[in-house]
Amino acid sequence: MEILTQPWHWSIAGVIIGLTVPALLLLGNKKFGISSSMRHICAACLPAKIPFFTYDWKKEVWNLFFVGGVLLGGTIAAFWLANPEPVVVAEQTQARLLSYGITDYSHLLPSEIFSWDHLFSLKGFVFFVLGGFLVGFGTRWAGGCTSGHSIMGLANLQWPSLVATIMFMAGGFLSANVILPFLLKHL
Amino acid sequence: MQQEINPHTETPEEFEIRHLDTMCANDSELVHPWWYNFKYTLAGILFGITFVKAEIVSWFRIQEMFQATSFHMYGVIGTAVIVAAFSIWIIKRFQLKSIYGESIHIETKTFSKGQIYGGLLFGIGWAITGACPGPLFAQIGAGFSVIAITLLSAIAGTWLYGKFRDSLPH
Repeated sequence: MEILTQPWHWSIAGVIIGLTVPALLLLGNKKFGISSSMRHICAACLPAKIPFFTYDWKKEVWNLFFVGGVLLGGTIAAFWLANPEPVVVAEQTQARLLSYGITDYSHLLPSEIFSWDHLFSLKGFVFFVLGGFLVGFGTRWAGGCTSGHSIMGLANLQWPSLVATIMFMAGGFLSANVILPFLLKHL
Repeated sequence: MQQEINPHTETPEEFEIRHLDTMCANDSELVHPWWYNFKYTLAGILFGITFVKAEIVSWFRIQEMFQATSFHMYGVIGTAVIVAAFSIWIIKRFQLKSIYGESIHIETKTFSKGQIYGGLLFGIGWAITGACPGPLFAQIGAGFSVIAITLLSAIAGTWLYGKFRDSLPH
């Protein structure tokens, strides 16, 4: 049981995530991807006669069942396989986060940012609303996210997915090293 | 086993829209009862548990990745790509079929400028929220209820992309 509750090694996680690709292909000829689920939610709930959402979303309902499973898996891991110890983070990153006032490592997300108390502040607006918006708008414009491009696309040797992955990383490095320090110091 | 060939319920136009800007359109020709989809839920559960247990859903791990202070996330993604690439190679090499006997077909992606502009925007958002779309679902499941706001905003972002798609460079 302890093997399950302590944080899993990256190689174990990499193998399980990698095997998700053939599992979905063999289970029903489905290509691994997650961000499209948000498009299907739009198409199902609020198509508003927008051409981009005018398709038969029921053909893609498997994707919603899959992300529903991801959510349930999160619940199982957090409530039955929880690690009681704080998250172990690299010392250099800890030192930098300390300078932004982030010191709470007891959960997977820092309580200094991700709590309901901050929702109606400028901080909450930037981290939840603006951050979420960039994830949704950006992944759709890019035609996929980490799963679709960086795993499925790279594994299938698609060069457009390599371009997308390089841009994800470029945006992430810019954001974590330039934008976030500014935001955390001034919000 | 119940299965039937898909009657032509979709116009070529609808087919094309469904395949627009996505990596994972469903190309299976088979139609099954809805509850057959629960096998994808099972795959999702295993995937979601892994996300939380390997701390891939942790904002801290994403900061480490983008500050290049830990190998953890590079190890996860690198291993996943190698395992997936090897699996796809085997599937193609031996022309494996799905459990329903259907040939497996993966379509080739075309380049679009969206992969540059959209990719950059997503990257910026990824470091801020500490989550790509998969972890958003797992974080909500793990009890971080406020992330539901992030997910709703991401869905709104997707919707606005759809609304203004024609005026964006591709």
